[in-house]
Amino acid sequence: MKYVDEYRDEAAARKFLDAIRRRTTRPWTLMEVCGGQTHTLVKFGIDELLPEEITLVHGPGCPVCVTPLELIDRAVEIARRPEVIFTSFGDMLRVPGSQSDLLSVKANGGDVRIVYSPLDAVKLAEQNPDREVVFFAVGFETTAPANAMAVYQAHQRGIGNFSILTSHVLVPPAMEALLSSPDNRVQGFLAAGHVCAIMGYWEYEPIAQKYRVPIVVTGFEPLDLLHGILLTVEMLEEGRWGVENQYTRAVQRAGNLPAQELVQQVFQISDRQWRGIGQIPHSGLALKDEFARHDAEQRFGVASLTAEESPDCVSGDVMRGLKKPQECACFGTRCTPESPLGAPMVSSEGACAAYYNYRRVG
Amino acid sequence: MSVEAQAAGIATATTVALPDPAAGVCPLPFDKYPTVVLAHGGGGRLGKMLVEQLFFAAYANPVLGGFHDGSVLDTGAGRIAISTDSFVISPIFFPGGDIGSLAVHGTVNDLAMCGAKPLALSAAFILEEGLAMDDLWRIAQSMRDAARGAGVDIVTGDTKVVDRGKGDGIFINTTGIGIVPPGVEISPRRARPGDVVLVSGTVATHGIAIMSVREGLEFETAVESDSAALHEMAGLLVERLGEDVHVMRDPTRGGVASALCEIAQSAQVGILLDEAKLPVLEEVRGACEILGLDPLYVANEGKMIAIVKRDAADEALDVMRAHPLGTEAAIIGEVVDGHPGKVFQRSRIGGTRVVEMLSGEQLPRIC
Repeated sequence: MKYVDEYRDEAAARKFLDAIRRRTTRPWTLMEVCGGQTHTLVKFGIDELLPEEITLVHGPGCPVCVTPLELIDRAVEIARRPEVIFTSFGDMLRVPGSQSDLLSVKANGGDVRIVYSPLDAVKLAEQNPDREVVFFAVGFETTAPANAMAVYQAHQRGIGNFSILTSHVLVPPAMEALLSSPDNRVQGFLAAGHVCAIMGYWEYEPIAQKYRVPIVVTGFEPLDLLHGILLTVEMLEEGRWGVENQYTRAVQRAGNLPAQELVQQVFQISDRQWRGIGQIPHSGLALKDEFARHDAEQRFGVASLTAEESPDCVSGDVMRGLKKPQECACFGTRCTPESPLGAPMVSSEGACAAYYNYRRVG
Repeated sequence: MSVEAQAAGIATATTVALPDPAAGVCPLPFDKYPTVVLAHGGGGRLGKMLVEQLFFAAYANPVLGGFHDGSVLDTGAGRIAISTDSFVISPIFFPGGDIGSLAVHGTVNDLAMCGAKPLALSAAFILEEGLAMDDLWRIAQSMRDAARGAGVDIVTGDTKVVDRGKGDGIFINTTGIGIVPPGVEISPRRARPGDVVLVSGTVATHGIAIMSVREGLEFETAVESDSAALHEMAGLLVERLGEDVHVMRDPTRGGVASALCEIAQSAQVGILLDEAKLPVLEEVRGACEILGLDPLYVANEGKMIAIVKRDAADEALDVMRAHPLGTEAAIIGEVVDGHPGKVFQRSRIGGTRVVEMLSGEQLPRIC
C-alpha cells in the first residue's frame, strides 16, 4: 500500500538501526510526544531493537488520556439526559469517569453514538431538530480544525441544537511544562507529526532555544520513528539543539494556514486541566463568547461538576515520562482495558494499553 | 461461534476447579458487571469470561468439555457434530450477503471446523413487528440458496414475533448437525510445536464490509463480505491430509488473533505469526489504517485457519489454493515450544510483540 509499505520496509529499518547504533556513544532519554507514536514503537517492537543506551519515554500526546476526569463526568451527566444524542469518537466511550463511563450510559439506555467526524454530529442535529446533539470535542491541535468547522457551520446555518463539550489541549505548553519541571529527564523530543501538519513547527523553535533541546518533528510509521530517533541522537551527540523536520511529506514550517485561521476564529486560548498532570496555563482552547450557545457546559449547566482521581493510578507519572506502565502496581491486575483505573489503559493511543496489548507476557 | 462452542473450546483450556453451579451463586464479579454490556458478545476476553464463568459453570458436562466450534457426540453407531449460532447483524442486507446467507454459512462452518460433513440445519426466526414481508422473503430465498450451496437442507424451524421496538427487524438462530467421519480428530488441543499455521485467504474483509455500510464509510472500491461455506475446503483438507490436520477454526468475531489465542491456550503451546505474511486486501488494509483497527482482530465469515503438521503444510496450501475460496491461502506462522499459551507476532521490521485476545469492543480512534 502506497505511503505505508515503503515506511515499513525491513531492510531500510535495519539501515536506520545500524546508523543509530553507530552514532550512539552515551545514554540518551528521548520522549515521543504522541500516543500514536508510542503504539507504533511498541507494536512493531522498535523500542527493543534500539541500542540499550537509548531510553524512550512516552509523552502526554494522547487526547483521551489527558481529558480531565470531571469532563468525563460532565459528559456522562449530559449523555444521561433523555433529550440528548451524545456523540463521540469511539475511543472516549470506555474512559472511566469517577462513577461511570459513556458505554455504561449507553448500556443503561442513553443515546450515545460513535461518529467519525464532528460534521456527522452536525448532520444528526439537523436531522433531529427536537433533540439536543452534543459532540465530545477532545483532542490536540490535530482535531481542533474539524471541531471548529463543526461549530462554525452549525452557527452559520442556525443549527441551535448542536453543541460541543470541549477539552482541547495544546502541545507546546505541555512540553514547556515538562521541560521546566525539576524532575524532567527528557533530553530530546520526537514532536507529534500530525499536530505539526496543522500548526507547523515554528512554535517549537523558541522552546528548543530556551531549553537547549533537540526537537524533531516525526511521523508515525516505523521508518519515520527510526529516522526521527536518528536525527535526535545526531543532534544530541553533536551537542546541537533546535528543530528539525523528519516528516517533510506532511509538515511545513508554517503549517496549514486556513486550518489555523478557522481555529482562531472559533476558539480562544484558555487554561486547561490535564488529567494526571494538572493545570497548565494557556494550554487549551475554549469556545469564543460569540459561539457560547454551542458550548455544552453552559447549555447543560454542568461546569461546576468536579471529581477526584483514583489515588492508585500513576498515569500522570507515565505521561510525564517518569514511569513506565508496567512499573505501576495495578498494571494488568486491578487495571486492565476491560476495567481501567485510568485513561491510558483505554485509549488506542494510551501508553498503558500499548504495553498491555503488545508486551504483557504474564 | 456458538455459546456452547465457545464454552467447549474454553473448557479444553481450563482444568481449574469451577464454581459449583448447584450452589446457585453467580460466579461473575457483579461489582464490575451488574449488567450485560456489548463487549460480552464481542468475541473477546469479556465474552470468554461470560461463557467460561457463567454458562460453563452452569452447564458443565463431559461433552461440553470436549470440543471447540461445535460439540461432538458419540452415539455408539458413529459421531455426530452439533453446533448452534444466533445472528443479530445490522444491517440485514450488506455487500456480499445478508443475515440469511450468513446464518447458514456460520453454522455450516462451525460444523466443518469440527471435521464434520454438514447434514441438516434448523432455522429459528425472531421477527419484529413491522419487518417488510419482501425483506423476509429475500432472506428466506437467500437461506435456501446458501443451504443448497452447502449441500444441507433446512429441516425444521420456528417463528416468533415481538412487539415493534423489541427487536432489530430480524434475529435468526440456526443449529446444525453433521457426521464426523471415522478417524477424524480435529481439536484445538492437538496443536503441536513444529506445526504450521495457515489461513485460507485475505482476512478482515467481512468486518470492514459491515462497518463501511453501518457507519456510512465510503471507499474507492466497495468491500464485499467474504461470507461463504467452508465445508468443501475443510472436507478436502481432512480427506487429503488425514490426521495431519490438527486444528481447524473459522476466525469470526475477534478475528484471527482471538481464535489463535484460544488455540494457544487450549493446547498450551506458543504461536508465532509473521505480520508480513498475513494476506489482507489492499482496500481493507487501507480502511483498517484509517480507522486504527488491526486486521488481526476484525471478523471473517468465509475464512478458515488450519494448523497442520509441518511435513503436510505444502500439501495443505495446495489443497486450499486449488479451491475457489482458497486462492489467496498463505502460511502465516508456526506453533512453537516457547511462551506456551501465548501468541506472538514478528513485525514487518523485525521486532516482536504479544498478540492478545480482543479486549472489549473494537472502537475507532480519534486521530
